[in-house]
Amino acid sequence: MTITYPVLVNAVITGLLMGGFYAALSVGATVAFGLLDIVNIAHPTFAVIGAYTVLVLNRSFGIDPILAGLLLTPVFYGAGTTLFRVYYHFFERRGDEPMRGLAFFFGLMFIAEVVLIMLFGVDFRYVRAPYVTTTLNFGSIALPLRLAVPFAGSLVMLAALQLFLKKSFIGHAIIAVAQDPFALKLVAVSPVRIKRIGFGIACASAALAGAFIIVIEPLQPAVGRDFIGRVFAICVFGGLGSLPGTLIAAISLGLIENLATIFIGASWSPAVAFGVLLATLAWRPSGLFGRG
Amino acid sequence: MTKGLRRIIGAATFAALSVGWSSLVTAEEPLKIGFSMAETGPLAGSAKSAILAMTMWAEDINAKGGLLGRQVKLVHYDDQSNTANVPAIYAKLLDIDKVDLINSGYATPIIASAIPIAMQHDMVLIGLFGLADNAKFKYDKYFSIFPAGEKPALAILQPFFDVAMTMNPKPKTVAAVYPEMEFGHSIMNGIRAAASAAGLQIVYDQGFPPSMTDLTTVVRQIQATNPDIVAIGTQPGQSIAIVRAINEVGLKAMIVGGGMTGLQTPDAEELLGEQLNGFVNFNVWLPTPRMQYPGVMDFIKRYQERAKAAGVDPLGYYIAPWAYADLQILGDAVEATKSTAGDKLGPYIHATTFKTLIGDVTFGASGEWAKPRLLAAQFQHVKGNDIEQFKGTEKLVVVSPEEYKVGNLLYPFQDARH
Repeated sequence: MTITYPVLVNAVITGLLMGGFYAALSVGATVAFGLLDIVNIAHPTFAVIGAYTVLVLNRSFGIDPILAGLLLTPVFYGAGTTLFRVYYHFFERRGDEPMRGLAFFFGLMFIAEVVLIMLFGVDFRYVRAPYVTTTLNFGSIALPLRLAVPFAGSLVMLAALQLFLKKSFIGHAIIAVAQDPFALKLVAVSPVRIKRIGFGIACASAALAGAFIIVIEPLQPAVGRDFIGRVFAICVFGGLGSLPGTLIAAISLGLIENLATIFIGASWSPAVAFGVLLATLAWRPSGLFGRG
Repeated sequence: MTKGLRRIIGAATFAALSVGWSSLVTAEEPLKIGFSMAETGPLAGSAKSAILAMTMWAEDINAKGGLLGRQVKLVHYDDQSNTANVPAIYAKLLDIDKVDLINSGYATPIIASAIPIAMQHDMVLIGLFGLADNAKFKYDKYFSIFPAGEKPALAILQPFFDVAMTMNPKPKTVAAVYPEMEFGHSIMNGIRAAASAAGLQIVYDQGFPPSMTDLTTVVRQIQATNPDIVAIGTQPGQSIAIVRAINEVGLKAMIVGGGMTGLQTPDAEELLGEQLNGFVNFNVWLPTPRMQYPGVMDFIKRYQERAKAAGVDPLGYYIAPWAYADLQILGDAVEATKSTAGDKLGPYIHATTFKTLIGDVTFGASGEWAKPRLLAAQFQHVKGNDIEQFKGTEKLVVVSPEEYKVGNLLYPFQDARH
């Protein structure tokens, strides 16, 4: 099949934009899994909960979806810290965290889906915003705003989070907590408190990621399942705990998926994308930016 | 009376009372019809509408005295739109709930998982909206409630290709796009067969992963091949994604659509609104004058009165009358044969023309409809997202086949979109 210039350029643009969205969705998992050692497999479902909450704010009060996502971050932060208390009390405190913790978040994912179904039903839901249905055309190059706006929002979110982790004391402590909690205790910092804050931040990111989901595609309660594989692949590929690694891994995945679509067919895009991830991990087992 | 005789009479009286009591219990036990249904997951939108329609049938039949003198009870469990859950659900229905009859869930993949179980138990299974499910099994007690005829994969697209070939100039090329799943492959075979029969050249023939979030790159690939016809076979979430992608890319072709499930439902119509203009898609029933079969409009009225409270498809044009007819056929067969046994029901259903809400139904040798009766309808002049505009046949216009046609095809696609 002939690959024309507009098809190639548009595929690259779509890949970049989708990659940005994947990064926003993965950053919470990177913090929880990579930095805090909490295998929160329910993170994409948390984002779906965020998306439904954004839907309510958009439909009831006409609030812009991205702004609604931003407004929800403190609420999700609070919910995340509360959830961490439960997780810590029943699993981590007993040293049961790896497998039982995974089961806990798995169960939470299914319960959350059922609750969403009971509250919102199973129909596809969507939000209203000017950019959801607008595409900017520059000659043969198209820029759909429903992808471009989440991409920009994602970059801002990742930059802010990276700045927080690198420049603040709490940020340093979050980076340190999984590496050496004992050392944190020596400087009079409670590792449990730091992990609670870190998990709260991871959950807060799900509110914004949820806003991006509902801008990009119609929402139904099980949509989070489509992203579990991608989110954890990006997390591992990026180097478990590295935010720049997460962004690069997510954009790589988006690009590979879209380029595979035009060069060898869409059917092959997940296989090629995950094949490249596996090959990279074989070459660099700790991921792109992992310490290894 | 001797002591021994008294004992014998006492025992006989007890036995007679026991038998009588047990008969009484049996007579009062409901006749159970069991099935799985997608109450959650991506198929749930239509499946929940089907449950309401089936419940209405059970209420109607019970008001008339039930089946075989027993009240009918529907026993159904959520398969979560997941084929992996189907075998366990039917095992529970048959072994624990002891249902008398089984029915299928919705739709193609779910039915395909239930057919082997029906075969093991030699039971009749009526599949609700399955496409070519029995092609491999060839089970003689399987029947399909989907008017696709003996060549189902071809029939779903036939009205679309029939109307496409009436365009001037005659189309020469076709692009085929479908998800990599059982349904998609059935559609793919139908597109290839229809294209071959019409002498069309296939210039694009590609699947895509069912979980693909954004399909704009796929649509641009299709546009690069400049096809006259774009034939699409997708399931609900994918149908929405590809309509949005086509609008974003501004796809140009003479006609676009075909076998896009989900676009027949109000949630998709409300969500996409004007973005649907121009798409020509298969449909199974619309309230056109020639399709107002006895009882169907009354059913639709009753259904619409209850749909809002039930939180399901408020119009009921898509699956609801078919789900009702599904159990109408099963119930009629049970009454006629006075049996729930597969070896009685199967031959009877094969040999009978049933009078139902959705017209006369006769099954062919494969269990599919003896004659196909699918429609191609085009979204025309849709304005905004108000669902009320989809009542009737003005915005969703039947353009093929000739027998049911109520309006003309608007083409090329890019003109029909505005």
